[in-house]
Amino acid sequence: MAQGVWTIAEQRDGEIRKITYEVASEGRRLADALGQDLTVVLLGADIKDKATELGHYGADKVLVADDPRLGTYTTDAYVGIVSQLVKADDPAILLIGASTQGKDLSARLSASLGVGMAQDCTVLSVEDGNLVATRPIYAGKAYARVTFEDSWPQMATTRPNVMSITEPDTSRSAEVVDASFSLDDSSLKTKVVDAVKDESGKVDLTEADKIVSGGRGMKGPENYKILEDLADLIGATVGASRSAVDAGWRPHSDQVGQTGKVVSPNLYVACGISGAIQHLAGMSTSKVIVAINKDEEAPIFQKADFGVVADLFDVVPALTEEVKKYL
Amino acid sequence: MNIVVCLKQVPDTETLIKIAPDGKSIVQDDIKWVMNPYDEFGVEEALKLKGKFGGEVTVVGLGPRRVTESIRTALAMGADKGILISDDALENSDSLATAKALAAAIKDLEYDLIFTGQRGVDDDMGVVGASLAEFLDIPQFSLIVKVEAAEDGKSIKAHRPVEGQVLIIESSLPALVTAQKGLNEPRYASLPGIMKAKKKPLEEKTLADLGLDPAEFGEGGRKVKILELTPPPERVEGKIVEGETPQDKAVELARLLHEEAKIF
Ligand SMILES: Cc1cc2nc3c(=O)[nH]c(=O)nc-3n(C[C@H](O)[C@H](O)[C@H](O)COP(=O)(O)OP(=O)(O)OC[C@H]3O[C@@H](n4cnc5c(N)ncnc54)[C@H](O)[C@@H]3O)c2cc1C
Ligand SMILES: Nc1ncnc2c1ncn2[C@@H]1O[C@H](COP(=O)(O)O)[C@@H](O)[C@H]1O
Repeated sequence: MAQGVWTIAEQRDGEIRKITYEVASEGRRLADALGQDLTVVLLGADIKDKATELGHYGADKVLVADDPRLGTYTTDAYVGIVSQLVKADDPAILLIGASTQGKDLSARLSASLGVGMAQDCTVLSVEDGNLVATRPIYAGKAYARVTFEDSWPQMATTRPNVMSITEPDTSRSAEVVDASFSLDDSSLKTKVVDAVKDESGKVDLTEADKIVSGGRGMKGPENYKILEDLADLIGATVGASRSAVDAGWRPHSDQVGQTGKVVSPNLYVACGISGAIQHLAGMSTSKVIVAINKDEEAPIFQKADFGVVADLFDVVPALTEEVKKYL
Repeated sequence: MNIVVCLKQVPDTETLIKIAPDGKSIVQDDIKWVMNPYDEFGVEEALKLKGKFGGEVTVVGLGPRRVTESIRTALAMGADKGILISDDALENSDSLATAKALAAAIKDLEYDLIFTGQRGVDDDMGVVGASLAEFLDIPQFSLIVKVEAAEDGKSIKAHRPVEGQVLIIESSLPALVTAQKGLNEPRYASLPGIMKAKKKPLEEKTLADLGLDPAEFGEGGRKVKILELTPPPERVEGKIVEGETPQDKAVELARLLHEEAKIF
């Protein structure tokens, strides 16, 4: 009988990423609901010293796969090892963060284990001993509640920024165990030959706590400076509508929406964005939405917690000045 | 270079999604069905590579008969032939079953590269590409914005943006790429293209043709069970920020964000 909740930690360059704590915290809540243990699986190179702190977030056990070939994520190595570990231990629930790494890992792992998987979930619970997952579909135009049939472990990934991180308890400690696995070089078919870092130091839209987005109302690429000034001040990342991207004002990676990034920040400020259905789909799970638009009929106002009907070129710089008073 | 492009048909992104009375599916009347936008990137990239290396582009779609239309669109863009996997027993298949059927149809084709979209803009799963690669036992590159093929056409380097960096990953072929926005600008089908497409081969296959057991597909074969679909939770009614001038409104907005929303 499958037992226990597992979560997969995510590290980059030897540092644990925030999503790890989100998933572990949620894993702890599910483990408590089931009355079972939480195991966090940590893969990396020279990574064992990071295991202790995972106990503070609720892990009863940290299963460490330490190998020089695991320093940088590759699908082949990670899927191979996690599937070996899962088969050996038979956990009931397996959670992964829906980061770019987690989406890649989870998708292939579910096929490798032959189990069902619910991607990018926003709510998880346990009902009658089964994992029940809620996930937005049609980019948030509807929600699906799903569960699993004859499929163990029950697998889900959690949308970044959605699961709350529990206050770390430094008095808790986890049992740290070396995982036993085999990794054959011939199974490693892909090779990361380069990693080009984004030197801006900006948090990716999908993980950003705050986003300031500009649309066609920005009138040109040069005007994004006023959004960047506000964003820098409040620690936000700048996003864009598809119109702004298609106009060549902003890179593709900045697009928010059904065919861009789906985001769930604490604060989303839409400036000069009308609120087309495809845009709303990508940002309507944001916690607080602000719309600044001079057209009071703009659909974006229907989603906004705070709507400002005015010229953004007047409001945004004034807002930046005002916010300084509170910081 | 022979390339396979997987094509999913999805509701047009303009579609307002309505939940059907059964509470588990959506109302399908009035839906305009289109090629998944991410699959358009796959078709475009395949055509570009074909332009450089020669070879054939095969489009594979799984779903009801109406999927033929989207396959024809891909043929009109320039793909060479199409395969439609269609069988009543496939209705409501989950991602894993879909990937299994696609794998069965693709495994006997000659291919160097397979494209899928990074996700379907319907169920937003993003699982079929990786699962297909697993079943075919070939490497995958997911969420790719640039594909650089080696001169000999035997390996590729794929650019994969992850949070805060772009990874450049290399592998020999065959391999599977899931297309992300930014990969290219898909071409439109030209009028001569549309005419030509009508004569291009489009083969239809059932589960029996693929030697698959219907019991593993459709509703009965689902490992992920839908309990219910619901409309998105209502957002609490927002407020319009008051003020005489834009300056006043900015002052009030900052106050609200500070005092009510506690953002800073
Ligand atoms: C298949 C498909 C997929 C799509 N996917 C996406 C997607 O992922 N994301 C996305 O965003 N869109 C997407 N779209 C496009 C979408 O339909 C809209 O065209 C787009 O979102 C509009 O962008 P916008 O709001 O910036 O521009 P507009 O709709 O032109 O709105 C500009 C707004 O700015 C306001 N404005 C102008 N000047 C000022 C000013 N000085 N001060 C204040 N307000 C001002 C105007 O009142 C207007 O409301 C998609 C479309 C299709 C067909
Ligand atoms: N029914 C299908 N027929 C053909 N390709 C599909 C099908 N379902 C998914 N795919 C491919 O897999 C990608 C991701 O879909 P999904 O995993 O459903 O989000 C799509 O963009 C398609 O390329």
